[in-house]
Amino acid sequence: MEPFTRLTAVGLPIDLPNVDTDRVIPARFLRKDRSVPEYASFLFHDVRFNADGSERPEFILNQAPYRIARIVVAAENFGCGSSREAAVWVLAANGFRSVIASSLGDIFHQNCFKNGVLPVILPAEAVAGLRRQLHERPGATLTVDLEAQTVTAPDGAPHRFEVDAFRKEMLLTGRDEIGLTLGFDARILEFEARHAREMAWAVPPRAGT
Amino acid sequence: MLAPRTMFEKIWARHVVAEGPGGHVLLYIDRHLLHEGTTAAFNRLARSGRRVRRPDLSFATADHYLLTSPGSPTSDAETRGMVEALGRHTAEQGILYFGVGDPRRGIVHVIGPEQGLTVPGLTLVCGDSHTATHGAFGALAFGIGSSEVEHVLATQTLWQKKPQTMRISVEGRLAPGVNAKDVILAIISRIGAGGGVRHAIEYAGSAIRAMSMDERMTVCNMSIEAGARAGMIAPDETTFTYLQGRPLAPSGDAWQKALAHWKALPTEPGAVFDREVALAASEIAPTVTWGTSPQDALPITARVPDPAAVADAGRRESMARALAYMGLDPGTALTDVVVNRVFIGSCTNSRLDDLRAAARVVRGRRAVVPAWIVPGSGLIKRAAEVEGLDRIFRDAGFEWREAGCSMCVGMNGETAATGERVASTSNRNFEGRQGKGARTHLMSPAMAAAAAVTGRLTDVRTLGPA
Repeated sequence: MEPFTRLTAVGLPIDLPNVDTDRVIPARFLRKDRSVPEYASFLFHDVRFNADGSERPEFILNQAPYRIARIVVAAENFGCGSSREAAVWVLAANGFRSVIASSLGDIFHQNCFKNGVLPVILPAEAVAGLRRQLHERPGATLTVDLEAQTVTAPDGAPHRFEVDAFRKEMLLTGRDEIGLTLGFDARILEFEARHAREMAWAVPPRAGT
Repeated sequence: MLAPRTMFEKIWARHVVAEGPGGHVLLYIDRHLLHEGTTAAFNRLARSGRRVRRPDLSFATADHYLLTSPGSPTSDAETRGMVEALGRHTAEQGILYFGVGDPRRGIVHVIGPEQGLTVPGLTLVCGDSHTATHGAFGALAFGIGSSEVEHVLATQTLWQKKPQTMRISVEGRLAPGVNAKDVILAIISRIGAGGGVRHAIEYAGSAIRAMSMDERMTVCNMSIEAGARAGMIAPDETTFTYLQGRPLAPSGDAWQKALAHWKALPTEPGAVFDREVALAASEIAPTVTWGTSPQDALPITARVPDPAAVADAGRRESMARALAYMGLDPGTALTDVVVNRVFIGSCTNSRLDDLRAAARVVRGRRAVVPAWIVPGSGLIKRAAEVEGLDRIFRDAGFEWREAGCSMCVGMNGETAATGERVASTSNRNFEGRQGKGARTHLMSPAMAAAAAVTGRLTDVRTLGPA
């Protein structure tokens, strides 16, 4: 996983609350491998493109200053709905490395951490302020600093955010989480032995195959 | 003396393998359910040279990509490849797979309970957001992403931060014509689509206790539509009666030991939740959604709301956008809204109780729009046929189909057309969810059946005898 340390980039304001992962990537694209050349075009596909494939100029990602954006600044409950990790993959395929919102769908939030994308939760007023600045000055940049746990707004104002120590460390180092957990093998074995004694019924009978 | 504990707290504490930094724990997973959308995780696991740690705790089925028309399992090479890959991976790793042609195959959240894999006191995960369904048995069940699926395959654990707890109590009796779907839609409309974010919900109260397991699963299923990854209900005699004798449930001595454990699971009096919400069952009416978020729900007796009457500018704008997508005018009576298609199915409402409720409405009537019944599993389909439900539906002009996710999510290509308005028993009315440009109204099976026979959103209580 690509580590995340500090990023200064153009912010993409998305004002709509409750943006669901079906909107981020419609279900019909989930069968596609991430390696297909057109993968990036699946992002927000049905609100970003017309039926003939042409861009909808009113959609913000199609406007010149935002084409190089790498930070999403959303409203509440962004990434709600389906567990599809493709919602993060397709954002990453478009260069996005951080999503700032007042709240995020729980599964999307976790999926971000697994893909080197930093989710940042800030108070709703602060996020609304960031979006306002990004609308007023299209193409304005933000800085997200994971080490310092700050977002620096286009106007220079710093906003401190909280992040779990565990997730922070994993993102800063880009460490393989499964590799880390396999290092706990002795503990897992110990747990399984105790679990088998105390809750033997929790293992299903070897099924009728 | 120990402080009184919630059911969630008891299950959580039992499954902590190790404590990590930042309040994270390594949580042990008792059941891992897999479907054909899991292929990417298996591929990554294989590439890294790792194996499935506990194939005996992993179970697979194919539901998302299979067609539900008889005779043709998949529509194209791409989806066929995904289904075949699941068969190959599970065979290589020694995982029990309810595959194509197996009557036990069905929607992953339907067959887990049906086979007795879902039992109280366990942790259960699946790479699907509707995994909270299994919480209806008093299990801690939640949806995970593809990377987490790979992590569970390799380690049988997950690094998790403890969520907050919320108890939603529904006291009293539901009125005739009102059921579990109306209850959960009313709850979501009350707390909002983000109301349960970072929470595990426990549903409680006399109205919940009076529900069958099928109904409880409908309630827990839509926890994610309220933002919560997990929703649960205390196990009781209804739970135990449902589970006893299921093929993969504990039996004999193990059943007795399990039962003793399960009876000690419910939340203790005086246990404290981070948030409490209360609803009166008597105030819940048959409910439908009008917008593009599950929180956009109203009693069927209401009218399409007017954005102009809303003070908050952001909310006003998103309502106007939803109404434009849905093709609805403010002030229209919901019962005047004409539907083009009906879908009865999905992990929310495809179980036997659901099909029976729909059949009671349909009997002796005719569907006036295309209407599909998609049972949740091969076994449910068979049981419904034994009861003659299929005849009732077929005689009324409904399509009686094979088990699968079908038009709830449309991954298999079964979608509604642009502009088509669907009365649906599924769980999401998002833009494009049931097909690009398709318009979804969520409701109960009885209400969807009523819409099928009238061609409009209909208050099932007003239908009268056929």
